[in-house]
Amino acid sequence: MEQSELIPHLFRTEYRKIVAVLCKLFGIDHIEIAEDIVSNTFLQAAELWGLKGPPPNPAGWLYVAAKNKTRDYLKRNANFAQNISKEIKNISSTSEEIEVDLSDQNISDSQLAMIFVTCHPCNPPEAQIGLALNLLCGFGIDEIASAFLTNREVIYKRLQRAKEKLREEKIKIEQPTVGEIDNRISPVLMTLYLLFNEGYYSASEDVTLRKDLCLEAMRLAYLLTEHRQTNKPEVYALLSLMCFHSSRFEARIGRHGETILYYEQDNELWNQDLITRGEYFLNLASQGNKLSKFHFEAAIAYWHTIKEDTKEKWENVLQLYNELLIIEYSPMAALNRTFALSRAYGKEQAIAEAEKINLSGNHLYHCLMGELYDGVDNSKALIHLQQALDLAKSAADRNIISYKIFQLNKSSE
Amino acid sequence: MKDFLLVFRTDFSKMPQASPEQMQAMAKRWMDWFGSIAAQNKLGDRGNRLVPGAGKVVKSDNVVTDGPYMEIKESIGGYAIVKAKSFDEAAELAKGCPVLGYGGNVEVREVMTM
Repeated sequence: MEQSELIPHLFRTEYRKIVAVLCKLFGIDHIEIAEDIVSNTFLQAAELWGLKGPPPNPAGWLYVAAKNKTRDYLKRNANFAQNISKEIKNISSTSEEIEVDLSDQNISDSQLAMIFVTCHPCNPPEAQIGLALNLLCGFGIDEIASAFLTNREVIYKRLQRAKEKLREEKIKIEQPTVGEIDNRISPVLMTLYLLFNEGYYSASEDVTLRKDLCLEAMRLAYLLTEHRQTNKPEVYALLSLMCFHSSRFEARIGRHGETILYYEQDNELWNQDLITRGEYFLNLASQGNKLSKFHFEAAIAYWHTIKEDTKEKWENVLQLYNELLIIEYSPMAALNRTFALSRAYGKEQAIAEAEKINLSGNHLYHCLMGELYDGVDNSKALIHLQQALDLAKSAADRNIISYKIFQLNKSSE
Repeated sequence: MKDFLLVFRTDFSKMPQASPEQMQAMAKRWMDWFGSIAAQNKLGDRGNRLVPGAGKVVKSDNVVTDGPYMEIKESIGGYAIVKAKSFDEAAELAKGCPVLGYGGNVEVREVMTM
């Protein structure tokens, strides 16, 4: 690896590991100190390696440097030593030596503990996602700002507020006990789900960044499956869902960053490896007797990996949407259910159902109506597509709708 | 939005013995109906279906009889709660209930709020 790529690469893979371990060591009040120590370590590496060339084991070097900096910091800072050393469990009262445990096991445990902190429901979802990206994924403020399509000041303040809130609430950095897991895992999964969606459905044109968000969400979900306390069926269901969705990542984004709709995708570009993994995780998700919304969403996503349009496929998808909506209403699920219904039972019945769902302020509703009236009553289809175009905000959406209007006009000629 | 209880009644003795396929088709119709209400964000509680046939009625003098009611053929087959602005809207939702397809009826009642 070229030297110029080495540090950014290590930053991506190692920063988050050391931060997690140090955060867990120092406690919630001193997250910034942990971040400073790790940032300084990388700064030192950049300076030193620039002059002397990188050491034989760069990651190991970083670990040792971070450990030394932590010890130096603790020795130097009497205040810290008095107030924080007490909180540090691994330190014995007689010894000055602090064990900074950067073993794989402790890194993994620390990251797991940090997932529960960053995804704590005391913060609003966008702050949770920001914190997770920052502390668990090693994303910089600029990258997070770019993912959220906002500026760095907004993100900076959001992260500061979120950390402040965690301190106020005295959130402990520790793995929840087995008894707590059931209550605490739902908000965590929700945050990982939103993080994934942020990458998958984002309006951001930075495709690499979007893919990174999806991969990070999958990595964190995978981390949960590797721990005995957290490898719950719903975690497997979420991971399965992410695998199925991301199998279409290449196929659904065109050469110019435009969205390619499901029916127009080249299924040669669907990633079979991810589909297979999705199936594997879906199998693991089917243990136990509790079905979460992720189970239904994963099962729906599974049917979408089968290209053939059969009645069986759409009847199954419809039933899964029924189940999903009964658990939890969402406008997206209501629209998708109506689409599945049109495939299973025909357009007339779907139009009657669509008229009941009362989402006329949503551009996707009018897109759906445009689709349902296409070939049934083209003039009505056009009216709806025009309304969709008026309501749509993102350029990608407007392009798709304009194209549909163009196609419909052409076929009506 | 108010809550309305929907009570499904039918005469189960008149129901023909259904084949597994028919049972499945029937289950699908129920799910489609619940899904339709849920897609409008108007499902409060999907409630439960009741096992047809036997039941007991407990009366004030500690007399327990086999029920539901000897004199009335139809019995309660299930219930659900929907959210609606008015009785009319709740009744509109009830019109899709599969129980109507096999000779039953739906009673719509407003849930009292405390």
